[in-house]
Amino acid sequence: MNAAILPSHIIGADPAEKNFLLAVEALTVSFDGFKAVNDVSFYVDPNEIRVIIGPNGAGKTTVLDLICGRTKASAGSIKYKGQELTKLSESAIVLAGVGRKFQTPSIYDDLTVFENLEISYPRGRSVFGALTFKRDAQVRDRIEEVASMIFLKDQLLERAEFLSHGQKQWLEIGMLLIQDPELLMLDEPVAGMSVGERVKTAELLNEIIKGRSVLVIEHDMKFVEDIAHRVTVLHQGKVLSEGSMERVKNDPKVIEVYLGH
Amino acid sequence: MLGDYSLTDLSSIFVMQGFAGLILFSVYTLMALGLAIIFGQMGVINMAHGEFMILGAYMTYLCSGFFQTHLPALFPAYFFVAMALAFVASGALGMLVEWALIRHLYKRPLDTLLATWGLSLILQQAYRTIFGPREVGVELPAWLIGSVQVTDTIEIPINGMFVMAVTLLITAGVALLMYRSRFGAQVRAVVQNRPMAGAVGIDTEKVDRLTFGLGCGIAGIAGSAFTMVGSTGPTSGQLYIVDTFLIVVFGGAASLLGTIASAFSISQTQSTLEFFLSGSTAKVITLLAVVGILMLRPQGLFTLKVRR
Amino acid sequence: MTRAPSSTVHDNPFMKPMEWISLALLVAVIFLVLPMLLDAFRLNLVGKYLTYSFVALGLVICWGFGGILSLGQGVFFGLGGYLMAMYLKLEASSVENTKIQSTPGIPDFMDWNQITELPWFWKPFTSLPFTLIAVIVVPAFFAFVIGTAMFRRRVGGTYFAIITQAIAAILTILIVGQQGYTGGINGITDLRTLHGWDIRTDRAHNILYFVNGGLLVACILFAQYVKRSKLGRILVAMRDKEDRVRFSGYQVASFKTFAFCLAAVFAAIGGAMFTLQVGFMSPSFVGIVPSIEMVIYAAVGGRLSLFGAVWGTLLVNWAKTSFSESFPELWLFGLGALFIAVVLAFPNGLAGIYRSYVEPRLTRRVKALEPAPAVALPHGTPAE
Repeated sequence: MNAAILPSHIIGADPAEKNFLLAVEALTVSFDGFKAVNDVSFYVDPNEIRVIIGPNGAGKTTVLDLICGRTKASAGSIKYKGQELTKLSESAIVLAGVGRKFQTPSIYDDLTVFENLEISYPRGRSVFGALTFKRDAQVRDRIEEVASMIFLKDQLLERAEFLSHGQKQWLEIGMLLIQDPELLMLDEPVAGMSVGERVKTAELLNEIIKGRSVLVIEHDMKFVEDIAHRVTVLHQGKVLSEGSMERVKNDPKVIEVYLGH
Repeated sequence: MLGDYSLTDLSSIFVMQGFAGLILFSVYTLMALGLAIIFGQMGVINMAHGEFMILGAYMTYLCSGFFQTHLPALFPAYFFVAMALAFVASGALGMLVEWALIRHLYKRPLDTLLATWGLSLILQQAYRTIFGPREVGVELPAWLIGSVQVTDTIEIPINGMFVMAVTLLITAGVALLMYRSRFGAQVRAVVQNRPMAGAVGIDTEKVDRLTFGLGCGIAGIAGSAFTMVGSTGPTSGQLYIVDTFLIVVFGGAASLLGTIASAFSISQTQSTLEFFLSGSTAKVITLLAVVGILMLRPQGLFTLKVRR
Repeated sequence: MTRAPSSTVHDNPFMKPMEWISLALLVAVIFLVLPMLLDAFRLNLVGKYLTYSFVALGLVICWGFGGILSLGQGVFFGLGGYLMAMYLKLEASSVENTKIQSTPGIPDFMDWNQITELPWFWKPFTSLPFTLIAVIVVPAFFAFVIGTAMFRRRVGGTYFAIITQAIAAILTILIVGQQGYTGGINGITDLRTLHGWDIRTDRAHNILYFVNGGLLVACILFAQYVKRSKLGRILVAMRDKEDRVRFSGYQVASFKTFAFCLAAVFAAIGGAMFTLQVGFMSPSFVGIVPSIEMVIYAAVGGRLSLFGAVWGTLLVNWAKTSFSESFPELWLFGLGALFIAVVLAFPNGLAGIYRSYVEPRLTRRVKALEPAPAVALPHGTPAE
């Protein structure tokens, strides 16, 4: 069994020396005095898959909200490729290369699968650009390519409303893929999925994480063990432990508050 | 523009206009209280709120006539009966409307707005058919007429003080009800987490109906108080609806204290400006200021920072 | 990697066959049927109604697609109308025409209010080109300022409705209060000529009716272009899941502002045409009551249907005119009931009824003509 290890020990080197894709430092946010995220620091390497785990209310989703600009930080910094994100608008953060999937599938019920994907296609994002956007062969091919990756190529013309829960999750992942972010943030991508869907999703994730960094929140430990390079455990808004799955799993503090006996 | 007045004149003007403002403040507060409950707690936009108020005013008018002809001995006290009746009538109509209309539209706030606007048109026409298109006024009992001479330049009308006293009582009552009673706790529970409130055994539908009825009932009392300072016509309610919504939004929709503070600042600004400028310019400046501030600070004056 | 055959998804056609038929029907009714059936007076009345349908058309884009309900469209209708009226009034107030006034050459209501010089903001309206540009630019700018201020701060839904309503109230009070500059409650009346051309004759009314119809069709076509563009789909997407759109890299506020500005410009064109055809403009078309009434036109037609907006406007106004002529006291009951019914029972209005009952039958017959299934804009559930 390992002794408690502070995150800075795991990182080893001085953060400034290394080229992190994402450097979160001393991040704090408080809602009416309640510190939902309290002095959290962690670093994500290029091409790393990082999983954030922790009990309910640990501040996991809030950390993602802070990174993508949905919630404004009270203190601390978030540097993405050396660029400070806390001052940017949500759309600017997306354009910088950060993509985010929400906990409940967040797709456009009234549009078809094709149109859902098309909206995420990284072109014509200004008012004028959207007005004159042409659905050319390049767009169609890319959408069809992604649609087959997310197992939805036969549903392209269906309204998204009529998809199953799992298919909706895939659609949202597909929408992120088309965006082609360098940092992909997924909030519980397999929650509420059947066993079959879960296996397919793991397969899908393994496919799409190639060439990018991924930050995942997940409760399913089996799934976490399958994909995680490193794990960060949050508890009551603070980093409780960090390291490889093996190491975190054997950390007595983690066992006490989260994994159980 | 201040140069033409002496210092004593000015202070008298401010006191008297301040008092006129306080009467306006009382009517605004009563109307806004009902709306703050319905909009702030339930998120429902009730465009017919003014018509619920006018129902209370017409009830008072009927009462005044009834006591005059049938119970002249009790006439001095009719106003209290009228207010109770106004509360019951507007509250009952409110609960009926909630049952027939509002409950189907909780997930579509903009549609509620249109539907209640339709309701307000129907009520206006109903008032016109029943009470006639002309404005009606009520007969005040003798003890409410006249004014108290404070100094030789300052006098304060008694009916105004009465309206203020009523406002104070109702406001205190609502505050007690919402923050100290079991019913208030249930309302707040339903607002914060409807499924959970339902799961712990609160009849959420009943709470909705009572809340809506309470808001409308308070509007009825506002109408009753309104008869003392103005006359009542079928479309009088519509004149106040925008002001009232602005007050509620300006105060921060979910806060009773904010509603009161906002009613106070808006009514005082308006009535003080009214003395120096024409009524319409005063109103335009007041409303523009409110809209301007709301554009810069859309959450209103008093709000809690909450996790989205 | 397997690839689905590209032929499955076409670019949206500009209009689907059924939409072409709807357009043809509308054009036939406006340009042939009504002018043949109605006398000059009634045709002018229809022309007046059609100016309201510009507002309804804008609301379909802004409210139906974008989910932004403005209760202040009367402001833009009024702005368009007043700016036009200012030009016409100045032309009607030549020194020659107003020589009995104490100050000849200024509009009569200014003279009545002891104003002796034309105010600065009236002066440019002696120019017709300036006026025509102002009719478009001023409302668009106004909408841009309101839209940017509100949408940047994430004000939407009911708050936006309340604020726009307050703006309508403010503008009405301002116009009524500033009699000397605006003509007050009576508005700007006694308008005579447009660049020397008498607009009061039957013949002029007739010509203006067709100009109005042409402009309306042009606006419908532009709205259709917006609707079928990616922007149209983004509006629908924003209505559903605003956050998702934001996190797909769009500045949601700009898109909302665009929809609001477009609706404002449509309304202003309608207002200007109203002034030309009816010969006056007054605050009674600016305030809260007319603004909400114009929402019901769009709702009755079907808040997601561009053509429905026109039919809804015509139907409600036809009902209003016939009721008001025979049973004036019943009209408000009817209008009130219409608001409630369209919300509770027919949230998609006439277009919804058409789609559920008429179209399925028609489609069976037209099917032979239709190409492979196209990606259609969904009809969808009404916005919140």
